[in-house]
Amino acid sequence: MAELTTLREAVAGLVRDGDTVALEGFTHLIPTLAGHEIIRQQRRDLTLARMTPDLVYDQMIGMGVARKLVFSWGGNPGVGSLHRFRDAVENGWPCPLEVDEHSHAGMANRYVAGASHLPFGVLRGYQGSSLAVKSETISRVTCPFTGEELAAVAALNPDVAVIHAQRADRAGNVQLWGILGVQKEAVMAADRSIVTVEEVVDELDPRPGAVVLPSWVVTAVAHVPGGAHPSYASGYSKRDNAFYSEWDAVSRDRDTFTRWMAEHVLEPVGGSAR
Amino acid sequence: MTISQEWTTDEMMTVASARALTQARTCFVGIGLPSTAANLARLTDNPGLVLIYESGTIGAKPGVLPLSIGDGELADTADSVVPVPEIFNYWLQAGRCDVGFLGAAQVDRFANINTTSIDRGEGRPPLRLPGAGGAPEIAAHAGKVLIVVRHSTRVFVERLSFVTSVGYGEGGDHRERLGMQGAGPNRVITDLGVLEPDPVTRELTLVATHPGVGADQVREATGWPLRVADEVATTDAPSEQELTVLRELQERTKETHRAGT
Repeated sequence: MAELTTLREAVAGLVRDGDTVALEGFTHLIPTLAGHEIIRQQRRDLTLARMTPDLVYDQMIGMGVARKLVFSWGGNPGVGSLHRFRDAVENGWPCPLEVDEHSHAGMANRYVAGASHLPFGVLRGYQGSSLAVKSETISRVTCPFTGEELAAVAALNPDVAVIHAQRADRAGNVQLWGILGVQKEAVMAADRSIVTVEEVVDELDPRPGAVVLPSWVVTAVAHVPGGAHPSYASGYSKRDNAFYSEWDAVSRDRDTFTRWMAEHVLEPVGGSAR
Repeated sequence: MTISQEWTTDEMMTVASARALTQARTCFVGIGLPSTAANLARLTDNPGLVLIYESGTIGAKPGVLPLSIGDGELADTADSVVPVPEIFNYWLQAGRCDVGFLGAAQVDRFANINTTSIDRGEGRPPLRLPGAGGAPEIAAHAGKVLIVVRHSTRVFVERLSFVTSVGYGEGGDHRERLGMQGAGPNRVITDLGVLEPDPVTRELTLVATHPGVGADQVREATGWPLRVADEVATTDAPSEQELTVLRELQERTKETHRAGT
């Protein structure tokens, strides 16, 4: 059963140096404040997995948390580059960053295989793409029934999955709705999971299109309202588009970035102090 | 023809792209230029066009252009919102998208796309780009593919540093030999004109220029000796209605995003 705890305790107990950690959320419900807690607790040598590394991974990479990134699209949506990610890949700052790079379809199927406890996922894809040449987690497999050659992608089974959801009840059942991304797959593929939620309620009444993760597939639930900012939680908050634009200037320069992180993330302030 | 242009080259590119969607039923849309053009098509000639975004939003009818692939506006206006593995497996891979609409950082003569990294020569690390996203499978599985990109020698290059998404590979029947189910890119629309693949060699060929643009100008903006069709058409200038709808859409978008929603 999921334990209702604080974000600080959840990260302290469940995220270890060297782990493969997946913070998922496809534009919507990005667990930003959980990422900040991992930064504050100075985890090192993590393999960070995420389909769409955006600002939270830019911050984690820039703060030296990651050794490797497993991903399919790393940019600042609607704005441009992730400067800390680029600096790490291009110049090894603050430390070298290895990459294992996929397409979205490949990453999604890696999570599905992981959640299914299968060794690999199957898709039609990667034909002729340099991605297949570069990645050791992309191969080919022949269908035993039709003889068709298909792409095989290694299952992705993170040590820890971290997601943000709208609500949980007091028993730790988690409910999320709107754009669902691969959060359910990431949680079910992972050995352990942390879910931050906007709200803890007595009872989860039905919502259209909602997914419920039963308490017994989740390890820890923490009440972190606003935990997805500058992303959003449908029904609770709007996407802070201005923050995404402003991040471009903050992250472009190493010193400006370091100062910003010291001021807004390392010093426990407001919502991040939980 | 008088060339007192009352539109920008970007507007011409977007309008030409929207027109390319007149017959489409379903379009898998990338963010940015493709999304602008696809929404213009929906608001003008093709109101029934089903827009599919990789965030899992099917039949999105955004009133303003989304800044990200997963804006709330897309989910709130969609016919259906499905998880990401489903959008790629059941909808794209299963062949349910007529048109895939992509942007690019680099394009080569066989309409292959690079969005991963660009070599900058000795002593400098390659320039890191965001990466593949959904593009490799959009390029593979959509019934056909439209590419919209601004024309320059930095974009239209002789040789890609990295082949992220395959158009026609090395040309000829290479795409078929790779076993890709979609027909591949049938049109590349730029701010200067329109390129289409040769039916046999699959090499991109200039078939139309936008008003006021000469074939030589397009050749100069292309990083290989560009093939030019025997007869190069001139794109119809944007109509009053196309321009009005596009500008209103962009103005609404700016206002809404400025207001922080």
